[in-house]
Amino acid sequence: MLERLMNIDRRYLFLLIAFSVVIPMLLKVVFPIFVTPQPKKVYDYIEKLPKGSVVMMSFDYGPGSLAELQPMAIAVLRHCFSRGLKVIGMALWNVGAPLGEEVFNQVATEYGRVYGEDYVFLGFRPGSTNVILRMGEGISGVFNTDSRNTPIQQIPMMENVKTYDDIALVIDFGAGDPGPEAWVIYAYEKYGQKIAAGVTGVIISQLYPFLQTEQLIGLIGGLRGAAEYETQVNKPAKATQWMSIQSIVHLVIIIMVILGNVAYFVSRRRTAA
Amino acid sequence: MRRQIPLIICFICGIAMIIQFFIPHRASQIVFRRALDWTLVIGVFAFVLGIGSLIHVHWVKISRRGENWQYSLLVFLGLIGMTLVGLINGQEGRAFLWLYNNIQVPLDATMFSLLAFFMASAAFRAFRARTLEATLLLIAAIIVMFGNAPVGKWLWNQMGVIPLINKLVEAIPALPENAKDWILDNPNMSSRRAIILGIGLGGISQALRIILGIERSHLGGGD
Repeated sequence: MLERLMNIDRRYLFLLIAFSVVIPMLLKVVFPIFVTPQPKKVYDYIEKLPKGSVVMMSFDYGPGSLAELQPMAIAVLRHCFSRGLKVIGMALWNVGAPLGEEVFNQVATEYGRVYGEDYVFLGFRPGSTNVILRMGEGISGVFNTDSRNTPIQQIPMMENVKTYDDIALVIDFGAGDPGPEAWVIYAYEKYGQKIAAGVTGVIISQLYPFLQTEQLIGLIGGLRGAAEYETQVNKPAKATQWMSIQSIVHLVIIIMVILGNVAYFVSRRRTAA
Repeated sequence: MRRQIPLIICFICGIAMIIQFFIPHRASQIVFRRALDWTLVIGVFAFVLGIGSLIHVHWVKISRRGENWQYSLLVFLGLIGMTLVGLINGQEGRAFLWLYNNIQVPLDATMFSLLAFFMASAAFRAFRARTLEATLLLIAAIIVMFGNAPVGKWLWNQMGVIPLINKLVEAIPALPENAKDWILDNPNMSSRRAIILGIGLGGISQALRIILGIERSHLGGGD
């Protein structure tokens, strides 16, 4: 039996994971979300920004990371609009631009924000790190129009926003490269721009060196970070619900790993005997 | 001569941009801005190269009726279809956004969702304590997963009802998260920093090799 457990057909494992997702979803299981220091740092920084400050959000992810980063972006944008901040949206990934625009369309409608005065979406430009560098010399040098082909000089909000000097914080929602590391290397190091990052769970660990040196002011990591940010802005939404489900799946995987190891050791002892 | 001229251009531009970095004069900044504009334009040519390569690979496959050549037809259908719709309807157009939101987004999200199942299966088979290193990996993985999931802290709090453990739960209510944070802040961060340093030094070394013409693979063809 132990041999069968150790060599179980993986389709049974797939079924187990599927049930671990579907059953909590149907039962609407919700676990309390505890806020950890890193997302709190991002929240506190935005909370302290004076009304009217400009925040830039970069949507550097694709549909594959949508489940983790879209709820995160929505929660952060809600926070910015509730604080009366002005927000510039852009993307270094071409597939990130429509996703970012969707976030703005949804949240701007909720808060009654006006395009061109309270927020603007500049869209995508190819060039990744070159775009980051060029914006430091002049945003209009790389974004001469916004995503609606309106010349940037005709957008009221961009009248006093020329370079990073006029931007209080850049929040990069990243799923890979170009992502937060590029923003730290080129925008923070060369121009002193404050950077915060919201990333997928997979790449959280590689940003810890930047947290310790405070090159990043804070980090919102994965679906857990998104759920924590929703908790902080008092608007629990998809991330909070999904994090509870993901918790169950994590627990199931841990139990599977422990069982697999128990079976392995018992089997090894029997073979040795 | 065909190889000499690109090497000379590479050398001059490389050295010039290194020197420019250390000169704060306005003229130097103007040169920097111009160079950035040029690299943005050149970057767009990479798209053309990439698309050309994609078309070539799949055209050859179709013409030779290679294995699964029918999928190459789908590649062309997607490429040409999205391009035409985007050019005619505009990237903000309803048709283009409908195709993106209803085909690309679900397909992309599904591909990544499949990873969850394969990772669970791989974790069950691979996380076996066969050696010391594998045991350390296993323990670290369990601690990080347990500490990251809200259910970990909830379970730890529930374990306070067990007589022997309740004192520990009271003393360290956030033990799963503290353990996870210790792993991420210490062994993880130090090893990541070492990797970043290694990548940085390797990048500098490679850049110098290219500027000095020692590395010539970017020129293509035989040496």
